[in-house]
Amino acid sequence: MSDLNNTRYIEGVKQSVVISLWFMFLTFPIMVIRVDTIEKTIDWRWMNMVYVGISSFVLSFVWRYLTGKSTSRKAERADRKRERKSFLQRVASEKKLSLPAIAVVALAAAVFPFVSSTYQTNIMTTALMYVVLGLGLNIVVGQAGLLNLGYVAFYAAGAYTYALLYYHFGVGFWLALPLGALAATILGILLALPVLRLQGDYLAIVTLGFGEITRIVLENWNEFSFGPSGISGIPRPGLFGMELSMQDAQVYLYFLMIGLCIVTMFVVNRLQDSRIGRALLALREDEIACQAMGIDKTKVKMTAFALGSTWAGLVGVFFAAKTTFVNPASFTFLESAMILSIVVLGGTGSIIGIVIGALVLILLPEYLRAFSDYRMILFGIIMVIMMVFRPQGIVAGVRKKYEFQTEGDKLKKL
Amino acid sequence: MSAILETKNLSMNFGGLTALDRLDIGVLPGEITALIGPNGAGKTTLFNCITGIYSPTAGNIFITPPGGRRREITGLNINKVTEGGVARTFQNIRLFPDMTVLENVMVGRHCRASAGILGAILRDGATMTEEKSIVATSYEILQRMGLAEHVNLLARNLPYGLQRRLEIARAMATDPFLLLLDEPAAGMNPQETKDLESLIIRIRDEWKISVFLIEHDMRLVMGLSDSVYVIDYGELIAKGTPQEIRRNPEVIKAYLGEDVSA
Repeated sequence: MSDLNNTRYIEGVKQSVVISLWFMFLTFPIMVIRVDTIEKTIDWRWMNMVYVGISSFVLSFVWRYLTGKSTSRKAERADRKRERKSFLQRVASEKKLSLPAIAVVALAAAVFPFVSSTYQTNIMTTALMYVVLGLGLNIVVGQAGLLNLGYVAFYAAGAYTYALLYYHFGVGFWLALPLGALAATILGILLALPVLRLQGDYLAIVTLGFGEITRIVLENWNEFSFGPSGISGIPRPGLFGMELSMQDAQVYLYFLMIGLCIVTMFVVNRLQDSRIGRALLALREDEIACQAMGIDKTKVKMTAFALGSTWAGLVGVFFAAKTTFVNPASFTFLESAMILSIVVLGGTGSIIGIVIGALVLILLPEYLRAFSDYRMILFGIIMVIMMVFRPQGIVAGVRKKYEFQTEGDKLKKL
Repeated sequence: MSAILETKNLSMNFGGLTALDRLDIGVLPGEITALIGPNGAGKTTLFNCITGIYSPTAGNIFITPPGGRRREITGLNINKVTEGGVARTFQNIRLFPDMTVLENVMVGRHCRASAGILGAILRDGATMTEEKSIVATSYEILQRMGLAEHVNLLARNLPYGLQRRLEIARAMATDPFLLLLDEPAAGMNPQETKDLESLIIRIRDEWKISVFLIEHDMRLVMGLSDSVYVIDYGELIAKGTPQEIRRNPEVIKAYLGEDVSA
């Protein structure tokens, strides 16, 4: 036994030596050589190489220890992990814990705009918009398992609906809100039609193309969308006809977004635990078996796309109202990728996970501004580490448990 | 007695390959009918044609639900066939692995329920009553199938034998009058096979559901079936009771080759 441990230990040391040699080699040009262009001399900083060697040696040990923990008896552990609830999952599912948690979060959300700067409120509003976008995309990607890389198209549909309706007919925010949602839903169904037969990679490619087509059309169809210059002067929502100052309008928008978030979470939660929600999940798990259960695949796919894009349409209207300006540059593939990252990082299929994921992914780059140039690198590193050590996301989704009394069919939901 | 499932001249070609060649098969109500044949004979292809996964090249398929009228189901979508009362399991288990045991069966109730998006959001009286009955029916099925203690387990974590059983339970949840089982005993140990045998008999006798099954385990087939169909290279080579099949020279030839007389 100790022999085995010993050989494994020696193997590890060997591996780490190789890794550190590699790192010393790779970082040699940037860490060791420094060309002084003024004095025209070359500075050889050999000490740096030593530091790189030692630190990569140590880090490789840490890395192996952590991954070793996660890969050893991987399947078994993963299964057990799935069954065991994390703290956050318990908060989400147990009344005793969830009520105080909700109270605290609600209080914090309510006082937030009054204790922080306009800038802070602003980025929080943006983060909340991504919460809703994430939850919407989760219906398509997380629940129905249809990888959609063109989600931003529906977001754009909502934003442009408001912008164009205002420009041409002077339509206000509150009327534009349902119309924007409707436009996005219709677009969602239109996209669902051609992709009904597609799965996996093919579906991803088509949706990606769809998103790009939407953006390119908006960019080039000048008569319709005013091209790259976009549409400006879109009004913020008014409060019972009152004109608000810019600062108040932002606080107002913040609270509207909080409202939309609550509605979204409520609806998504109820959908998840329903006949429709189960059909979506079944579609994700096994398409043939799903149909063999009497589920109409066509209908379910259309439902998933329609339900998902509705939320994007709503947020699009909010986006237009918040920035008072829309142009195609706001709806690039990067946005779709960001929203998808929120869903994956937060935890596919888990509402609380996606909320946290959105807040982290949107707020983190803002708060990392202190590190200026390095912030996107740091952001990337954090994402990579997350995905390596917690592939199921921040909070993995849990299936609802039912409790049955042994003697009969009297049921109680836990 | 008229058949509840009939195929007439059913043919299926894949390119130049004839997988099914003018098959006439009939499943009688209240019976366990077996379909046997060497590997690649076209057994699963027949199941796939019946359940709408493939659309047959030629021929017709009819069903006659008990107390209902005979109707054609050739080329219908998979979900329509299930709605019509023909449920199936798969050769390689196709459960919903990341859903719980109960949820797997609840999905089976989908086509017998009607709640839509609005109902899901509003949770009105009718929706909740329906949802409760879905849970109750599903639990009852699991109880009868001996899976009640596992309701909250993810399907992926069930032992293999129970996964097969859950697949049958899920198919039963669609309220079929005919159950198609594609190699239900594959990969099972003798004890599990015995349990399966009594389960299939209970399905016929207690649940009053006819069974049409593909199986390679000859002892199971011969002990269980009321009638047996044998196909080879897509053609029907024999039909009859297990005793007749056992003695049929065509069948012996198909299974063991030409020169076994020596």
